[in-house]
Amino acid sequence: MKKVFKLEDLDCANCAAKMERSVAKIDGVNSVSISFMAQRMSIEAEDEKFEEIMDEVVKKCRKVEPDCRIIR
Amino acid sequence: MKKSVLTRRQKRNLIRILVSLVAFLAVFIVDKVISLGSVVEGSANWVFPFALYLAIYLVIGYDVLWRAIRNISHGQVFDENFLMCLATIGAFALAIYRGVSGMEIEGFDEACAVLLFYQVGEFFQDYAAGKSRKSISALMDIRPDYANLIAGESTERVDPSQVKVGDYIRVNPGEKVPLDGVVVRGASSLDTKALTGESLPREVQEGDEVISGSVNTTSQLDVRVEKEFYDSTVSKILELVENASEQKSKAENFITKFAKYYTPTVVIVAVLLAIIPGAVTKDWSTWIYRALSFLVVSCPCALVISIPLSFFAGIGAASRYGILIKGSNYLEKFNKAGVFVFDKTGTLTKGNFAVASVMPEERAEEVLRLAAIAERDSNHPIARSIVDDYKGEIEGGYTLTNISGQGVIAQKEGIEIACGNEKLMRAQGVDYVKNEGAGTVAYVSENGKFEGSILIRDEVKPEAKQVMGQLAELGCKTVMLTGDNEVVARQVASDLGVSEYKASLLPQNKVEEVEKLLAAKDKKQALCFVGDGINDAPVLMRSDIGIAMGGVGSDAAIEASDIVLMHDDLKGLPLAKRIARKTMAVVMENIIFSIAVKVIILILSALGIANMWVAVFGDVGVAVIAILNAMRVNGKYEKKG
Repeated sequence: MKKVFKLEDLDCANCAAKMERSVAKIDGVNSVSISFMAQRMSIEAEDEKFEEIMDEVVKKCRKVEPDCRIIR
Repeated sequence: MKKSVLTRRQKRNLIRILVSLVAFLAVFIVDKVISLGSVVEGSANWVFPFALYLAIYLVIGYDVLWRAIRNISHGQVFDENFLMCLATIGAFALAIYRGVSGMEIEGFDEACAVLLFYQVGEFFQDYAAGKSRKSISALMDIRPDYANLIAGESTERVDPSQVKVGDYIRVNPGEKVPLDGVVVRGASSLDTKALTGESLPREVQEGDEVISGSVNTTSQLDVRVEKEFYDSTVSKILELVENASEQKSKAENFITKFAKYYTPTVVIVAVLLAIIPGAVTKDWSTWIYRALSFLVVSCPCALVISIPLSFFAGIGAASRYGILIKGSNYLEKFNKAGVFVFDKTGTLTKGNFAVASVMPEERAEEVLRLAAIAERDSNHPIARSIVDDYKGEIEGGYTLTNISGQGVIAQKEGIEIACGNEKLMRAQGVDYVKNEGAGTVAYVSENGKFEGSILIRDEVKPEAKQVMGQLAELGCKTVMLTGDNEVVARQVASDLGVSEYKASLLPQNKVEEVEKLLAAKDKKQALCFVGDGINDAPVLMRSDIGIAMGGVGSDAAIEASDIVLMHDDLKGLPLAKRIARKTMAVVMENIIFSIAVKVIILILSALGIANMWVAVFGDVGVAVIAILNAMRVNGKYEKKG
């Protein structure tokens, strides 16, 4: 399943790259792309565990850039 | 709708920066004039200037400090906030050390200034990125906010996604058409500029299709909805453009990879720079100071922000001209496009027939007049093209006899006009002059006497020749593929100045031809296939870059292609090529400029030539310059011709 999320207050391009790298490492995430310019994250992950995976994504992103919020 | 230029957060930051800047300058000038270190006598003389500068430092940098603490607790060692704090606090520490050990008091101003300028730079960076994002996104502002659903006598304002196929909606002047549909009442002109880049309005009346995203300009229209919102043109386009930044280019991937190693490397070198020469020379403070300068330059922000921004600006600029590029990788690849393969019918030609020439030329009017009389009631495209071409009044009252496979004979009061192919002329015993032109020929005779012939050809697009010339100027090879016979193909190819052509191809041969061309071309070049999106999906997929023209209506074309020319105009090609070239030039400039400045500053800092003031420029100054450079891509491009 592929979903696109809006990111709020994503202020630094390097953080976007860091977030992308750390989300890609999460189990069950097939692909992820964060666009700093469009302030969007598109993520493809296993269907059954999608919600769990998203919780993990939020946690990881908060670690890298606590100001940035993922609109779910 | 005018939005405030600054967000609330930006406003707050700006005020904070201005207050700190004024305070800093005041303290700095007083310090230089009367030397704050001399205010208090004794060994603790450094405390007074320290306190003043520290106060400003805390005002300007509390958020950076807070983020640094928070991120380091999350294990983000190479966090830019943390590194910046380490550098400035280190600089304070060195200044305190000098004060305690009785040396001349200096360095507090510098530590404070570095963080101040860092904030100024961050502010500009944030502002510039936000502003450019807005200016580019504004171009894509085609999303309809509501639809006026017709319910009985009145209308109800609903969300476009709630409208179903078969519902009727009303579009008032000034409103956007929210969903694709067909006009059932009214006539108006539509502005499709935002969709196709075409500035001429499109006239629509009952029975015509309207495309969502276009703006109704003159009068009210009632529309029967043909597609749900998620399938409508506007949603498709928005999705395509918004997803464009996800397909990352090689340049972007290079930069993210570079950034991944750059910061750790600089930090490690900084540590080594502090320890090794420090231990050798015992001049710890000098080398620690140089190492701290390294930390200031350690953030790769200029690069990481300016490269995607350049691509985004390029894609935005293209979309303003009705050219949709599905990702920055395609923009990058398109810059290398060296071979353009065109499908003839519908791409280079209009796909409709028109009179190309009349023989003999001096009697053209008369020949056309006679032919039009014979063909006036026929629905055959060839016949229509003759009737359309004849500008005068068509004489009526003739008895028209259709002779299948040959043509038409028109009779009235002793006049007999024959119009058809060679077979008809022979059957009528007319002594005709063969027309050797490429295309379909209609021969005309009156009362058994040969009058002339009309050459009818698929009409070449008016801009095609010029575009072929421009592509050749840009160093590209052009190839035309067609199912037509050799004679027609050769004629069109030489008219347009296409470098190569392949005639008599069956649809399945086109893929083979493209594969041959792919194998034959220079490895560094990319091959583009340009088609109208009908029946050429396999070729679009097979080529390096598939370009579909006039693809607004066709889902298959949007799916299969990498670039969509919304407007059925070949001039988009050289334009897109110029945008791609400019984008890549700016990308290269930014990569080289940013890396070069950083490396130079690193070397100069290591040698002790550059101080921390220069280093902070290397961080934020470069970022701002790179962003401004990236915005050049979003400038105006002239559609030549």
